Formats: sequence, structure tokens, C-alpha cells
Amino acid sequence: MLDEKRVRIITGHYGSGKTEFAVNYTFALAATGKKTAIVDLDIVNPYFRSREIEPAFTEKSIRVIASSIKGPGADIPALSSEINTAFHDKSYEVVIDLGGDKVGARALGRYHEYLSEEPYEMMFVINANRHETQTPEDVIKYINGIEESSRQKITSLVNNTHLCGETQLEDILRGQKLCEEVSQILGLPIKYVVVHKSLVDKVPPGIQGAIFPIDIYMTKPWE
Amino acid sequence: MAKELWKGNEAIAEAAIKAGCKFFFGYPITPQNEIPEYMAMRMPQIEGAAFVQAESEVAAINMVYGGAGSGARVMTSSSSPGISLKQEGITYIAGAELPCVIVNIVRGGPGLGGIQPAQSDYFQATKGGGHGDYRLLVLAPSSVQEAVDLTQEAFDMADQYRNPVMIMGDGMIGQMMEPVEFTDVPKRNLPEKTWATTGTKGKREHNVINSLFIDPAACEKHNIHLFEKYAEMEKNEVRVEEYNMDGAEIVFVAYGTTARIVKNAIATLGKEGIKAGLIRPITLWPYPSKTVEAAAAKANVKAFLTVEMSMGQMVEDVRLAVNGAKPVHFYGRTGGMVPTPAAIVAEAKKVLGGAK
Repeated sequence: MLDEKRVRIITGHYGSGKTEFAVNYTFALAATGKKTAIVDLDIVNPYFRSREIEPAFTEKSIRVIASSIKGPGADIPALSSEINTAFHDKSYEVVIDLGGDKVGARALGRYHEYLSEEPYEMMFVINANRHETQTPEDVIKYINGIEESSRQKITSLVNNTHLCGETQLEDILRGQKLCEEVSQILGLPIKYVVVHKSLVDKVPPGIQGAIFPIDIYMTKPWE
Repeated sequence: MAKELWKGNEAIAEAAIKAGCKFFFGYPITPQNEIPEYMAMRMPQIEGAAFVQAESEVAAINMVYGGAGSGARVMTSSSSPGISLKQEGITYIAGAELPCVIVNIVRGGPGLGGIQPAQSDYFQATKGGGHGDYRLLVLAPSSVQEAVDLTQEAFDMADQYRNPVMIMGDGMIGQMMEPVEFTDVPKRNLPEKTWATTGTKGKREHNVINSLFIDPAACEKHNIHLFEKYAEMEKNEVRVEEYNMDGAEIVFVAYGTTARIVKNAIATLGKEGIKAGLIRPITLWPYPSKTVEAAAAKANVKAFLTVEMSMGQMVEDVRLAVNGAKPVHFYGRTGGMVPTPAAIVAEAKKVLGGAK
């Protein structure tokens, strides 16, 4: 668990729940006592971005690097020069929350020179309940698109199949089957199976990938 | 079909396609961009359908006028500043009695405002927006599922009354992810589009799509005809959810995602022994005035508290319906700020303290 390369990039189809995973991953990483930074590289979505919960990160001494334009209301795709810190200052363990789809992944292309020098982990988050990533062919199409526009290679898969508050064990297992098929075709390992803490006990043993229990941080105002 | 996770904007777009929308004309603006983005991807997959990114919102709404005039199911979408730009076209469409669906994913204003969710376009949607005496049917979903169902039905409503229908969701409706199941909406008995400009083939008189009346008597007659139609809508189309109203001391009135925040506040108030109910208008026009009026007549209801993401717009319709029978209070956040359940609870207690 959490023993990936220093720079972890989290990507996926929008709605895959990559931000929720990235946020939980960051908190878990910081809880091990490591100096941690989260880079919100989402220049696509205007709402529900990891920067929205900046105070919760700061409270745990996690550095938040987002747009140079402060505030949640900026839909200006401005990449802060502070992002370079994540690559230069190797005392940080880094989680990069990339925007959805190949359009969002393009922002990473800018950092190609750093990523070609230092090995990284790039995790592709899969939610089989999203209409555009329900078959292995669809998922691979997304992976190819994201690899092309980000100029980086996906190194592992994360099963995050969910239905917000209505997630059942069957959802997770159906997503797992999809991930296994993709894993076989592309030769990429399934690193994590993301499971809400309330469902962890129900997951059968022997599942590929480590169970990653999560809490929900990216809540809606009525939740 | 099993439930899937959909983002509000793309779900609205897919619902439109399921309802037979053949033409989409739009122009990008946050927070509704996924609608044109999705349409740009899907429309080329459908026979005889087209997506056009217009050069402006003004162009897009006039393309809607043309598409609707040909009898096709047509949609456009935008967010607040873009909807302002479309107003001239909307009043022409209403005047020419053309069916179409217009989606407004509302953001903070006035002016360019901001990209975060708001409900400050209520006046614009329900009291005109453009010039002249006209009405839009205005539907306000409070979940992605409801947005899907209402979008599908909106096309039928538009065809039934030959009138533009607006789907009005705040930014959150467009941006959030929720489980959705696409189902068929109840079938309506829709009239043939004998008025559409589909070519006479030498067999009938020309159909003319027009909103210009040189003779004032004819123009007045046209207005009276429109209002007979609006009266039908008021009779048939009012939709409202009443929640926890039995024995309520305080009645909230809220729509869209704000209503969901209010429900959360109602649960908290209940735990503290305060009975609170909610009237949630689903149609903002026609407004569920009778439901509000009936609640005002109940002895147990001490006061109304309207909650909006605006400085207070719908509250005027609540006051008109209550007509002085009970005090009507208002609480709102605006500019992209969202009311919290705790603030609503505090406001309700203040109102009840003052009502005693």
C-alpha cells in the first residue's frame, strides 16, 4: 500500500471518482508521516475539484498546489509555476490529480521533461458504471487517448466502480471483472480496489489488487 | 436498464437525444459545456441529426428558430450570460409559436458573474426575459434523474403547446454525478405539425413562421390566443412536491438543489422537535400558487421561509400566493455561494421565535 514511485499521477474518465481516490490516497500517504503534496491539475472541471477542500489538507500539513488564480470560481486553465516544485523538490511525496479525459490529461504534457527523468506511477481509475467505460474496448480507447495527450504511459489500474451513495458489492465486482480484462490485454497490474469503509468487510478475499478503504470527502452541500 | 453514473449536463444531452432531438445549436460557456461537448460527439452518430457550434448565442437561438420552424425537435443550452444573449430569439420563438427546449445551467450574476451555482435567473425565466407578453414553461429539476425525466418530457410539452420550454438547473445540476436510469416518459397525444415549413409540394398553401403583425388588432388577437394557451398550461402542467407537510409549523419553499439542502435542514429541525415542511416547485412557471395558498390557510402553519440561491426572486411569487395570510421570510446566498443546512436551521429558528 502507498509504496508507489514518488510522483503518483491519478487519471481517468471524468466521473470515474479519481478525485475522491486522489484525495483519500493523499490523506493516507500523509498519515504515514511523509511530507506530502497534492497537485490539482484539473483544468477541465469547474466544480468538485480537490482544491475545494484545501483547508482539510492544510490542517494535516499537506501542501496543496493548484491554480495561481485563487478561489474555487476560476475556470481559467492557468498552470501555476508552483507545480514545478512537485518535480524539483524531491523531499515531497506527490499526488497529481489530473483532469478528466484526454482533454484534461493534456495539462500533464507540459511536464514531460521532468517525467522522462524520474520514474513515476500513473494510475488509471476505472468506474464500470460510467456509460463510456463499460467494456474493455472503451476503457482501452480512453487509456490510449489519455496517454497520447499527456505524453505519458499508464502504469497501473484502479477499480473504483461505484454509484455514489447507492454502491453495492455487485458494482465493485462487476468493475473488477472489467479491470481484470483490461489488465490482461494491456499487461497492467490492478493496484487498488477502492471500497467505501462501510463495504470493506463484504469484499471476498483473493481479489486482485489491494483493498483501498475510503471515506467520502467530496460531498454535495446536502450530504 | 440498470442505473449508471451520469454527469448532469451529459445526462440532459442524452435525454434530449432519447426524446428525439435532431438538432442542437450551441455555444460554450461554463458550467454547461458538457452539453454541447456531448452533443458534438453523439449527434453525428444519429441519422439526419446535426450539431452546430454557432458563432454566438444569438446565432444559436436563431438556428433553433429555423430548425423548430421545420418541425424538428431542437435544443440549445447555455448558462446565464449566454441565456441573456438568447432573449431576443426566445421571444421571437414564443411569438411565432415554435416548440423547442432551452437549457439554462445557472451561474452567479449579474454581468459575467462567476461560474459557481446560482438561482438568480428566476425572474428572467418566469417573468419574460425578452420583450412582449409571453410565457415559457420552466422546469426546475433537483436531481440528475429528474433532469433526465423532465428533459424528455420537455420536448412533448413544447410540441403540445407549440411553445419554448426551459430546463432551469443551477450549476450543480449540470456538474454533479448521480445514478440515473433512463426510462420512457408517459406518452402524450401530440398534434400533427401541420404548421411546419416542410415544403408545399404544390398541394397546400404556404406555411408562414412569423411574429410580425402590422395590424394592431391582429397583434392583440394573437396575444389573446397565446394567453388562452398559457391558461391551458396553468391548468394542466403545474408540478410540485410537498414534503413533510403534515403538521408543519414552518413551511420552506425552495426549488432545485436548494430544496435538497432544505430537506437536510428539515431533518435536523425534526430532531430538535420543530416540525418543518417543504413545498418544492418543479414547474417555476406555471407556479404552484394553489399549493402555497392552501398551506397558508392551514392553522398549524405559522410562517413561510423561502430559500434561494439569489437575493430573493421566487419569494415574490410565494408572497403573491400567501397573499398576506402568513408572514413570508427569505433566506438566500448568491453569487455562487450555496446555503448550508446549518444556516437554514438557524434562520428557521429565528423566524419561529419571531412568529410567536
